[in-house]
Amino acid sequence: MTLELKGITKRFGTFTANDRINLKIEAGEIHCLLGENGAGKSTMMNVLYGLYQAEEGEILIDGKPQRFQGPGDAMRAGIGMVHQHFMLIPVFTVAENVLLGHERELGGLKGARKAVVELSKRFGFDIDPDALVQDLPVGVQQRVEIIKALSLDARVLVFDEPTAVLTPQETDELMNVMRQLRDDGTAIVFITHKLREVREVADRITVIRLGKIVGSAEPTASSNELASLMVGRDVSLTVDKDDAKFTDKKLEVTVLTVLDRIGQKVVNDVSFEVRGGEVLCIAGVQGNGQTELTEAIIGLEKPASGSISLSGRRLTGKSVREVLDSGVGFVPEDRKVDGLVSEFSVSENIMLDRYKGAPFVKAGTIDFATRNEFAEQAKTDYDVRAQSIHSPAGSLSGGNQQKVVLARELGRKLELFVASQPTRGLDVGSIEFVHKQIIATRDTGIPVVVVSTELDEVIGLADRIAVMYRGGIVGIVPADTDREDLGLMMAGEMPEHLKAAAEEAAA
Amino acid sequence: MSSEAPSTDTSKAAEGTHQPDTEVHLERVVVRKWRPAIALAALTVVAFVLTVGFGTDESTTFSFAKGSDFFSIPAVALGVRVIGIVSTLVMAAITGIAVWRTLARKRVWGWLYVVFGAFFAVDFLTWAGSGSQFSFTDLMISTVALSVPLIFGALGGVISERAGIVNIAIEAQLLSGAFSGALVASITGNTYVGLLAAMVAGMLVSFVLAAFAIKYLVEQVIVGVVLNVLVVGLTGFFYSSVLSSSPELNNPDRLPAIALPLLSKIPVIGPTLFNQTIIVYAMYVAVVVITWAMFNSTWGLRLRSLGEHPLAADTVGIKVGRWRFWNVSLAGAIAGLGGAYFTLDQTGQFTKEMTGGLGYIALAAVIFGKWHPLKATFAALLFGFARALQQTLSAAGSQVPSEVLLMLPYVITILAVTGFIGLSRAPAASGKPYAKQ
Repeated sequence: MTLELKGITKRFGTFTANDRINLKIEAGEIHCLLGENGAGKSTMMNVLYGLYQAEEGEILIDGKPQRFQGPGDAMRAGIGMVHQHFMLIPVFTVAENVLLGHERELGGLKGARKAVVELSKRFGFDIDPDALVQDLPVGVQQRVEIIKALSLDARVLVFDEPTAVLTPQETDELMNVMRQLRDDGTAIVFITHKLREVREVADRITVIRLGKIVGSAEPTASSNELASLMVGRDVSLTVDKDDAKFTDKKLEVTVLTVLDRIGQKVVNDVSFEVRGGEVLCIAGVQGNGQTELTEAIIGLEKPASGSISLSGRRLTGKSVREVLDSGVGFVPEDRKVDGLVSEFSVSENIMLDRYKGAPFVKAGTIDFATRNEFAEQAKTDYDVRAQSIHSPAGSLSGGNQQKVVLARELGRKLELFVASQPTRGLDVGSIEFVHKQIIATRDTGIPVVVVSTELDEVIGLADRIAVMYRGGIVGIVPADTDREDLGLMMAGEMPEHLKAAAEEAAA
Repeated sequence: MSSEAPSTDTSKAAEGTHQPDTEVHLERVVVRKWRPAIALAALTVVAFVLTVGFGTDESTTFSFAKGSDFFSIPAVALGVRVIGIVSTLVMAAITGIAVWRTLARKRVWGWLYVVFGAFFAVDFLTWAGSGSQFSFTDLMISTVALSVPLIFGALGGVISERAGIVNIAIEAQLLSGAFSGALVASITGNTYVGLLAAMVAGMLVSFVLAAFAIKYLVEQVIVGVVLNVLVVGLTGFFYSSVLSSSPELNNPDRLPAIALPLLSKIPVIGPTLFNQTIIVYAMYVAVVVITWAMFNSTWGLRLRSLGEHPLAADTVGIKVGRWRFWNVSLAGAIAGLGGAYFTLDQTGQFTKEMTGGLGYIALAAVIFGKWHPLKATFAALLFGFARALQQTLSAAGSQVPSEVLLMLPYVITILAVTGFIGLSRAPAASGKPYAKQ
C-alpha cells in the first residue's frame, strides 16, 4: 500500500505547526522523518493518526482520500502508532492493554492473550500476556506498544521518537525489529532527531524544519550534512574542550542512600568524588535514581543514610536555601516545572532564587533598576531571544528558557554546578551553547555534575562517566570508554575488561 | 507518616533483589507500618478503660428470634464485667500478635482485624446496653436499612471515579432521587414510576456534573459541591412552597416488602436480608453485576481505562468524552435509586434535607473501599452498622449520652480511614479533565 499526505496544514492558533506537508510512504520501506524538537514531526503524525484534525490537505491511501475523525478510523485504515509517551495503562495486564478498544475484533481476553503470545513468538519477544505493564521495563513496554499496533494488522507503523527511553542495546534490538517488519512488507515511519539512528536504519530520509519539509537525503549522507539540513546552518556536533585542570575544591558523596515513600532504595549506596575543574557525567536510562541523586545534593530529598560534602563542608542536613547559599548552582531536569515560573517574566525568573538581600533586594523591596540591568546583561551574554526582559518565560522557546535558567544559576559565584538533563528538548544550536557554558563553568575550577540520558552528550562533556542503574552506580569509567560498554553498564552489567580502568577512574 | 519508621536493616530486603530480568524492582527496605498496631492498641485501651473504669455487675440480654423463623435462637444474657474482661484480654492478645508481626516485618493477617472488631463490638454493645435488653436481629435489620442508600451512593461514586470524574455530587443525586421519587409516585399513584423518576433525577444531576466537567473542563470538586448546595436549595424550596401546602403530592405508596420463600425464614439472616423491598433486591443485583462487569467485561475494561489514562483510551478509538458522559450518568441513576429508598421504602414522604450528608459518607466509603465496588459496599455496611448501633443504643436507653452516640458513626469513619486504610490509590486520571487540541 501507499500512504500519501498532500498539502497537510495544521495550525494551533496563529502558530503553523505543519505547513503544506507532502509526504509519500511506501510499503517495505523505513522512512525517517528527521527534525528538531518542535519542528512539527509529532503534530504531523498525530494528524495522520486522527488525533488532530488538519485545517487543509488530505490523506490518501492507495490513492483514495481518507477522512479520519479519530484514531479509531486511522486504525481501521491500517495505521498503527508507537507513541513517544506510551499509551499503555500501567495497572492493566499486557493482554488487557492489547484488548482495550478492540474487544470484539480480538475475541475477548482469550483472543488478546493468544495474539500477544503469537506476535511475541514471531518477533522473538519474551512477553507474558498476564504481566502488569507497570512491572515491565520501558524497553518491554515499548514492545507491548508494537504488539498492540500489530494485533490490528497495521500496515503502516509510526514510531514517534522511540529510542528516547532505551539503552543503546535496546535501541539496536528495536532497529532489528523495524527491519524485520519492513521485510514483512510493513511501511515504517521513524520519527527522530538522532542522526546516528537515521543513518543506520533509514531507507529514505525526509527532513522537516519549522513545520515545512526542507528536503530529503540519502542514508549515506554524513551526520554533519544531515545536521546542517535539519538546523539550516552549519553546526558543530562535537564539544571543544581542553584537558581538565584540577583544583582542590571537591564534591564528595559517601554511601548515599535515598528511600522513596514505600521504602525502595531509589539511590542505593552511591559514592563518588568530583574534583574541581572536572565534569562528572552521570549516564543511565531515565528513572534509575539520577533525579533523586541530584535532588539529594540540592537538599530536596532527605537521604536515609550517607553524606554529601563540598570542599569539606557537609551539605547533608542543610536546607535547600543553605545549600544554594553555599554556592551550589542547579539546573533541574524539567525546566518548565522546576526551573522556571512560566508566568513570571524573564527578569523575575533571573532573580528567582535571590530574593533575599543584595544585590536585588534592598530594605525588603525589589531594586528594579539593578535587577533590570542585570537581566539585560544576562539577556545579551546568554543570547536569550526574547522580545524583552519583561516577556513571560513561558512564551520563550525551550532553548531560550534553558538559557534563562543558566543565566540565573551561573550568574552568581559558584562552588559546585549540578545540571540535570541540561539539553533535553533543545535545538542543536542551543545545545551547542549550553555545552559551551558547562565547559566554561568547569574551567573556572569548580566541580561539575551533569546528568544526562543522551550518550553522545555524556561522551562529549565528561571527564569521567558514572553509570547509574537501579539506584546504584555500576561503575565510574574514563570518558573515552566505548559506547558499547557504556550501553552494557546502562543495563547493569560491568564489562570485565573495564574493571581496572574503572578502579583507576574512581580513585 | 511518623508511624512508619524506615529501617536501614537490609538483611530481609535482600531477598527481593535477584529477580528475572523482565522485572524492574529496586532493592527495598521493608517499611514497618505501625498504624494498624497503634489503632488496635488504642481500641484495646478503650475497652480496658470501659471495663475497669465504668464496668457494672449487670448483664445485657441479646435476643435473636423473630416470629417467622424456622426455629428460634434463645436469648443470651451476657455479664458486663465478664465479657469486658474476656474481650479486653483477647484484644490485648491480638494487639500483641500485631505488634510482633510488625516487628518481624510481616503482614498482619486480615482475619485478625475481623476477630478483633467482633470482640470489640460485642464488648462495646454489652457495656453500652448494660442492664437492658435488645434485639441483635433488629440491629442487623437497621444496619441494612441504613446502609442501602450508602451502598447505592458508593456504587455511583465508584463508577464515576473509575471513569475519571470525581463525584462529590452523590449527596445531590440521593436527595434529588428521594424528592422526585416521592413526588412522581404521589402524582402517578405508582411507586414503580416513582423509582424510575428517582433514577432520572439522579441522572439529571449527573448531566450537569458531566457537562461542566467533561465539556467545559470545570474543576470537578467545585461543580460537585455547588450541585449539592443547589439541590438542597431546590428541594427545600419546593418542599416548603409546594409540598407542605399540598400534602397529597408528598404521600407516595410505600413499596411492599417481599419475603423470599424459605430464605426469609432463616433466623437472623432471613429477616435481615430476605424480607425487603424491590430496591434492596435491586441493590444485591447491582453490587454483584457491577463488581463482575467492572473486571470482566468490555464495559469495565473501557471504564477503568478512562479513569487511568484517557489519552491511551483515545488512541485506541474510544470516544473519551462520550464514554465518560454516559458512565457518569449511569452513576447518577444508581445513586438516584438509592435516594428513592428514603421516600419509597423507609419513610413514605419527603422531608427537607432528609439525606443529611449521607452522600459524603458514601464518598468516604468509595475511598475506604479503594474504588472497588465490593469493598466499597462493605465499607458502606460498616458505616451503616455504626449508625444502626447509635440508634439502637439510644432506643435501648444506654448509659452513654446520646450526643456522644451521635458522633459514633463519624468517629468510626475517621478511625477506619486513618487507622486501617492509609494510602489508597485513586484512579490515576480521576478528577483530571481530558482535553485535546
